[in-house]
Amino acid sequence: MPFALTADRERELNDILTRYPTRMAACIPLLHLCQEQNGWVSEEVVAFVAKTLDLTTSHVKGVATFYTLFNNEPVGKHQVWVCGTLPCALRGSGAVLKQCEKRLGIHAGQTTADGKVTLRTAECLASCGTAPMMQVDRDYHENLTPERVDEILTKLQS
Amino acid sequence: MISRCNHLSKIYGKPNGWSLDVYERECAGYQTARRVLSTMTKEQVVDEAKKANIRGRGGAGFPMGVKWSFMRPHPTKPAYLVINADEGEPGTHKDRTIMELNPHSVVEGCIIGCYGIGAHAAYIYVRDELHLSKARLWGAIKEARAKGYLGKNAFGGNYPVEVYVHTGAGAYICGEETSLLNSLEGRRGEPRFKPPFPAQSGAFGCPTTVNNLETIAIVPTAFAMGCEKFSAQSALHDIKDGGCRLFGVNGHVNKPQIVELAVGVTLRELIYDIGGGVLGGKGILGIIPGGSSTPILKPDEKVHAPDEKSPLHKWHGQLVLDVPLGVDTMRGVGTMLGTCCATVLAEGTCPVLAMQNLMAFYHHESCGQCTPCREGSAWLDWTLQKILDGKASMQELQNLHDIANNIMGNTICAFGEGTAMPALGFLQKFRPYFEQYVRGERTRKDATLTPV
Repeated sequence: MPFALTADRERELNDILTRYPTRMAACIPLLHLCQEQNGWVSEEVVAFVAKTLDLTTSHVKGVATFYTLFNNEPVGKHQVWVCGTLPCALRGSGAVLKQCEKRLGIHAGQTTADGKVTLRTAECLASCGTAPMMQVDRDYHENLTPERVDEILTKLQS
Repeated sequence: MISRCNHLSKIYGKPNGWSLDVYERECAGYQTARRVLSTMTKEQVVDEAKKANIRGRGGAGFPMGVKWSFMRPHPTKPAYLVINADEGEPGTHKDRTIMELNPHSVVEGCIIGCYGIGAHAAYIYVRDELHLSKARLWGAIKEARAKGYLGKNAFGGNYPVEVYVHTGAGAYICGEETSLLNSLEGRRGEPRFKPPFPAQSGAFGCPTTVNNLETIAIVPTAFAMGCEKFSAQSALHDIKDGGCRLFGVNGHVNKPQIVELAVGVTLRELIYDIGGGVLGGKGILGIIPGGSSTPILKPDEKVHAPDEKSPLHKWHGQLVLDVPLGVDTMRGVGTMLGTCCATVLAEGTCPVLAMQNLMAFYHHESCGQCTPCREGSAWLDWTLQKILDGKASMQELQNLHDIANNIMGNTICAFGEGTAMPALGFLQKFRPYFEQYVRGERTRKDATLTPV
């Protein structure tokens, strides 16, 4: 079935288009809008973005596959990103990731069987002064301890 | 010398410190932009900006005023101001504090910057993960527009200014300015050849200035104080490294944080006085002075500047820990000031594992456009893993030098150097550790990043 935006998001797209001198510039913002609705960038989403912005599907696909945050396959309802880059690693991000894996019963890169949580490692998320940290959906959780990780994941899974 | 300032950080932590109300009350918000737009010509703005000696806060340290002066009016094309807030350099956590806690300083800086370079629109490129930062910036823009500080008749005058937030989608390379411009235009974030430089052909093929977010955020302060006076706060004012900036310290220190200080603080002061010393009272293995692309320093390194004309001659023979942190002083000791956020590695940290962690980062983030970088970053990562696993030969250890040297100077953008320089730094300064792994005297079991 062809993809279409909800009316709210359609309005947001129209607002986005007023900001730039070209339609192409709305490519990344529109991909975000679509992913927010669809969970991932499917072939239908690619076709929709291409048609809406007068771009080729190869251009849109090229953009969608370039950026880490665009999912090229379906993912869990919630996204957990554990930063593992050096400043976080120096302060124990290894233990944070282990705790997440133990707690969720999956490895980084996998989704729980109930489809609820996808666990991934992230590259530096600009939170080096409050390391270790993880991002859950839109929220940053900083100065983490394994206990705190448990609390956050319990809330997420309930 | 530690000299604390509170220009940007004055409202950090205040209730609703990010609101227009607090910004106007506590920081005389938007009065400077109003004065600049109503009493100065754009030429005067650029001349004044040069006097502030604001060295770009994104890492390269290019003088902001000089960059503004490269902008020439184009007969048919508009000009743009683009703000780089793609903060993603490992070890860097300063811009986020401004966006979250003092977003109006960014908007006001954009108004002054736009006016100075002849632009009517500014795009703030924020990495997508920073949802709170984006929300605070949009909130500030909305408040400023409602008051008439933005729009067709900003401050009731006839100079239109608009500010927009644009988001990335998770790519470190988009912190490179031409890659950022491609990303802003809706393309893959692959760097462009220079020339043409952005001032000739930048966003949408139009004359563009790209400034780091902290750079633009401090502009209202500099103009409010008078740019000469602003610059003179710095201990390095004489070598044109002016004003104050946000300094960060992270890694193995007791109090990781961001502070606003006059330029001129030393690494020793940053680590011990600001950072509260090394965790567990340990010694220091090394310090990455300003983001992962800046080569690591060892605490026993000394300044070698016998030439009296060298800006570093004053510190000849002293420890690098006691040299004021500046763009040119750090270059003089073989590293870079970068983003001014230092990462401290305590004694007992395995430098091979630390290097592998960073090379895995560059491997993941290389955009893939240039072969030496795409392949080289991967081989650096893989070979280091092999060394850690005790499966590498001395020849393979030697190969790391060759791979890094083959990246240097052979790529479109500075990502290549940003990978190779820190790689060579680790290899040259910690060579015995690498050899111990190859000879089987150390194993992965001994390798830790958390010795305390």
